[in-house]
Amino acid sequence: MSALKTPDSELFIKSSSPELLELQVIGSLDPITVENIWNKTETQIKKVNPKVVNVDSSRITYADTPGINYFIRLRDLSSKMGFSYELINLTPEYQKLVDLFDKYVYEKKPEETINEDFVTGIGKATAESLDSSYESITFVGEVMLGFFRYFTNPSKIRFKDILVTSEKLGVNAIFIIALVNFLVGLVIAFQSAIPLSQYGGTIFVADLLVLSVFKELGPLMTAIVVNGRSSSAFAAEIGTMKVNEEIDALTTMGINKIRFLVMPKFIATLVMLPILTIFGILFAMLGGLVVMISLGFPPITYLNQITMAATYVDLLAGLFKTIFFALIIAGVGCLEGLRTKSGATAVGDSTTKAVVKGIILIVVVDGIFGVVYYYLGV
Amino acid sequence: MEDKKPIIKVENFTAAFGDNVVIDNISFDVYEGERFIVLGGSGCGKSVLMKHIIGLYKPASGRILIDGDDIHLADEEQQLEILKKIGVAYQSGALFGSMTVLENVRLPLEEFTDLSPQFAEEVARMKINLVGLTGSEHKLPSEISGGMKKRVAVARAMILDPKILFFDEPGAGLDPITSVELDDLILNLSENLNITFVVVTHELMSIYKIANRVIMLDKRVKKIVAEGDPHDLKDNSDNPWVKQFFNRESETSN
Repeated sequence: MSALKTPDSELFIKSSSPELLELQVIGSLDPITVENIWNKTETQIKKVNPKVVNVDSSRITYADTPGINYFIRLRDLSSKMGFSYELINLTPEYQKLVDLFDKYVYEKKPEETINEDFVTGIGKATAESLDSSYESITFVGEVMLGFFRYFTNPSKIRFKDILVTSEKLGVNAIFIIALVNFLVGLVIAFQSAIPLSQYGGTIFVADLLVLSVFKELGPLMTAIVVNGRSSSAFAAEIGTMKVNEEIDALTTMGINKIRFLVMPKFIATLVMLPILTIFGILFAMLGGLVVMISLGFPPITYLNQITMAATYVDLLAGLFKTIFFALIIAGVGCLEGLRTKSGATAVGDSTTKAVVKGIILIVVVDGIFGVVYYYLGV
Repeated sequence: MEDKKPIIKVENFTAAFGDNVVIDNISFDVYEGERFIVLGGSGCGKSVLMKHIIGLYKPASGRILIDGDDIHLADEEQQLEILKKIGVAYQSGALFGSMTVLENVRLPLEEFTDLSPQFAEEVARMKINLVGLTGSEHKLPSEISGGMKKRVAVARAMILDPKILFFDEPGAGLDPITSVELDDLILNLSENLNITFVVVTHELMSIYKIANRVIMLDKRVKKIVAEGDPHDLKDNSDNPWVKQFFNRESETSN
């Protein structure tokens, strides 16, 4: 039984009257031919509307399951239109297949159409978002409890996990953090050098860089890059564990999943993000240095200008934000991971959600800090 | 089984991962239409053998012919032709989690034929009927039981009317009743559709019920230690370990 490649089947009409329609199928009934043959059969039957249909099947050379569906369709059409039919001289081999499938009547049940009106839709969406807020609030509570337990019972801290996560999240990210921030510093310095030079103030590029990078761009760019690298990794790791029932295994072993999985990630992010941010700021300044050198300033002039412009307040104001960014990165990643439903696609969905929500929250929080710092006069 | 036409030929086949030889130089044939069981203790290379036959792993030496063709020597197009002759139902179903039962079963039809969506759906429903799952077409794999998943896997494996159907551990992780139902399904399909079944298992009840012929692998010698009818082997094998296996005795008991 190997499928024939050439569509060499034909339907012949041997006689046609309202009493009796005689058809003959010649050749193979396979996925390539069967639909064509069936369409012709159906058209003919509908045109003539006979009382009896005879299908001469003696010259059917091959029929697979799609081919057998021809006979099933004939059966269903006959009960719908009220004619009787007979398959003449069908090879026993195929007759057996017809009988096998003939036992099954599959009425196509109308699919459960969920007719939702507008109000129901709003209600459902509200309930869902309430559920998800409830989950988030529970998660925040559990994490806070986790921190509390860390301080009251430090022997339970899994330092090895924290170190491994720190290496992946921090050490391995240094190159990309350096590159992104270096380019940001370089571009800002270069763009601002042109208008500033018109007022003879090219040296103030350094002040501008300090202002924008220390408080704003350094922490923000670093957080966004780390969010893209690590929040997604957290979500994928925990999500895959959820799909593989590993989280359930932890629960039944009596191990708190927050302490075991989530806390090391929080600690690692909280420790590494400020360090990465400092690196980022440093490399942004180096980017500025390249521009200044190319504009003819000696490096020492640039350095002096920076030390004059920069205050500890600027640096600390920027680093203070990173604590919140770190909480967002670890929190959103882990929470989305724990929310993963089943299946491989669900892990992908969680990862996407983690990154998108992370970026949104980081930008929003950064905006809030901008306003707060303005009113505090920092 | 009157005309014993081999459909799978395994010749001087050795399976190895690096230096670790799992199966050492074995040969056997599977005949058209029979229900052939590969059995052996855990870790003896049953699944490894199956994965070699279906072309997932490359043999370290020797060759494997499916219907006369060597899948490992075939080019991409020939490989597709060979793959259309076989269907594989994996141990845990390997259903795509994001697709419903119907979509899972219909997928090969969409990919390999030009049938209209309506027609393809009817054919998929015929196969779902055949494995006794009408009514579950629109469920997701996560919403059905382990036994049902294996049935869907069978339906999907045979949607293109393959000549050979491989089944990895049909009874694994199932209760005895569901397991027997799957055995019945295998018998039914093999008798009605003339499909050759190659089943990997170590469940004695299934073996006695469905096997025409078995080969038994032993991880200590890495070879076939027994071949033939399981009822026959149970009583007449001269290999004590084989007898032990079929009579369900532990090694320490004698």
